[in-house]
Amino acid sequence: MRTRRWLPYALFAPAALWLLLFFVVPFYSLLANSLFDPTGDNLTGYDVTFHFGNFTHVLSKYGPHIWRSFWWATISTALCLVLGYVLAYTIAFKAGRWKNIVLVLVVAPFFTSFLIRTAAWKLILADHGWLVQTLQSLHVISSDGRLLATPVAAIAGLTYNFLPFAILPLYTSIEKLDRGLLEAAGDLYASPAKTFLRVTLPLTMPGIVGATLLTFIPSVGDYINAQLLGGTTDRVVGQDIESLFTTTGDYASAGALSVILLVVILVMTMFYVRKAGTEELL
Amino acid sequence: MSQASEPRDLRLTQLEKIYANGFTAVHPLDLTIPQGSFFALLGPSGCGKTTTLRMVAGLEVPTAGSITIGGTEITYEKPYRRPVNTVFQSYALFPHLSIADNVAFGLKRRGIKDTAKTVADMLELVELTAQASKRPQQLSGGQQQRVALARALINQPEVLLLDEPLGALDLKLRRAMQLELKRIQTEVGLTFVHVTHDQEEAMTMADTIAVMNAGRIEQLGSPADLYDNPATTFVANFLGQSNLIAGNVVGEDTLAGAPVVTVDMEGTIVSIPKERAHVTSGKGWVGIRPEKVLVAPAGEPIDAPGNHFTGGTIIDTSFIGVSTQYVLRTAWGQEISAFEQNTGARGVLAPGTAVDFTWRPEFAFLLDASQDATAGVDLGEE
Ligand SMILES: Nc1ncnc2c1ncn2[C@@H]1O[C@H](COP(=O)(O)OP(=O)(O)O)[C@@H](O)[C@H]1O
Ligand SMILES: [Mg+2]
Repeated sequence: MRTRRWLPYALFAPAALWLLLFFVVPFYSLLANSLFDPTGDNLTGYDVTFHFGNFTHVLSKYGPHIWRSFWWATISTALCLVLGYVLAYTIAFKAGRWKNIVLVLVVAPFFTSFLIRTAAWKLILADHGWLVQTLQSLHVISSDGRLLATPVAAIAGLTYNFLPFAILPLYTSIEKLDRGLLEAAGDLYASPAKTFLRVTLPLTMPGIVGATLLTFIPSVGDYINAQLLGGTTDRVVGQDIESLFTTTGDYASAGALSVILLVVILVMTMFYVRKAGTEELL
Repeated sequence: MSQASEPRDLRLTQLEKIYANGFTAVHPLDLTIPQGSFFALLGPSGCGKTTTLRMVAGLEVPTAGSITIGGTEITYEKPYRRPVNTVFQSYALFPHLSIADNVAFGLKRRGIKDTAKTVADMLELVELTAQASKRPQQLSGGQQQRVALARALINQPEVLLLDEPLGALDLKLRRAMQLELKRIQTEVGLTFVHVTHDQEEAMTMADTIAVMNAGRIEQLGSPADLYDNPATTFVANFLGQSNLIAGNVVGEDTLAGAPVVTVDMEGTIVSIPKERAHVTSGKGWVGIRPEKVLVAPAGEPIDAPGNHFTGGTIIDTSFIGVSTQYVLRTAWGQEISAFEQNTGARGVLAPGTAVDFTWRPEFAFLLDASQDATAGVDLGEE
């Protein structure tokens, strides 16, 4: 048996190497970036001077954008959860033999690129498109009101793009739910609303937590929806990071912003999972 | 019409269930279950017991008919508004709640705030006090069964429905739980409707048994009634065993002052008490329970005045300690069973022994010959 001691390590090695190359190294580099001396540039190079000033600098400059990213992500996640739950519940309980077809339809959008689908929304929400004109004629929006280039459009885009990621984990946990428990709750004087609150919801919590993480985390860092559908004045932190890296070349600020984003998401996730009482999920 | 003193009986009137696929699971059925009784619905798997129970619980909508409790109609009442609770076959305990919270569930939903004392008392009744803060998954099958019972009982429903609650337990635990359930029912005095396919279970526990077969109630009565005086071949075979022998009714008579029906059974005239004769003319099945058949070596006297038959042969002997089970072939070639207590008065009869047999006429019954003599055989052991 002694000779086989190395086997678990050997089996673990590829995964460890993968993590080292594609997670630890980039993460170190990101962290190093955030502590660069901001006076460096691409030609002369950068020095890691533990310049923590980068953090206060980006917080004061981009604070509102960070806030907006989290706020929009929160709204779109909430929308995804509500829409996703209703849809997943309907598929699991009411779809009958159409179940599999409907599930395929849920993931069907993935057959086209994320970018193309978001760009398509531009057409739908365009100022002279049928949607805006209909809403205008119904006086839902004012006659010069618009949808494109508004926060509403950006949030709608986020919700649309991440909805399937909410539906799938929700469906899985609702489908698993023992129907006998719902009957038992009814038998024990719980109205349908009470049954939902006391039995269905707590038992599908793993799905809700999964759906939240899968929609909230990518929504916070997303910049495509804000870029294509949002207005130029309502910038989100993803757009800042993107332009700092690729246009301005301010690696120090870009790194600091990324680290802030990462830490806040991590803390929120841990807090949320603890609160939702499904630690076993992580 | 409803008086203050009217008992809160559960009454099913012409209750019928046809499922969406057109299958009639329950044919129009009438049943009155007296308040405070332990009532068993007994029948083979698939005969419609669960369907009947679910209609009473409100989990299945009847196709026709009505359900009332003490005169109050609840046929279409929502399940959560019925004074009825169910112990489900699969228990259906809430996995996210502790045992105590499971038991408190019904009280909480009815807005009762202070449940601690009631729950503690109930857990004590079912001997689960030590498990109060555990989750259902941490308990054994027998313990889960008691949680399911406690969770329903605590609400003091007018009717408690139990759907094969002991089915998942092993034999020994099942026997223990039968006595336990019976004790609890006597203690709390609620109406219990207990569904089972185990005839022994039904006979041990129930005051009244309804034997169900293919969506219909075949017979209703006390365990002793059903056993001693089955009305159909199905009941005769499903509850215990019966020997059924073909015969022709020849007339009526009185025997020791009681009216009897006389039957020509393979050349011998036998008499059957009138109240046990379910046909009074033409062909019939003469029924006799194996333990009522007395056997003796040919020519020896048998200690029973009755229908005496000669020319039998033992063809199989099973010695099972307290008793011996014989299969004997009659003079007319039919195989019948006879069970004999091993009192030691005589040795066990070996196969091949020529025997005479008899039974006391008051123990026989007479059934309709148009019924299948093998109906209900071997269904009880599923
Ligand atoms: N939802 C349903 N749709 C169609 N047939 C059903 C349904 N539920 C039960 N049945 C049929 O009705 C009959 C009685 O079922 P059930 O009441 O569960 O029997 P039991 O409890 O006596 O075993 C069975 O033949 C069963 O297959
Ligand atoms: Mg059943």
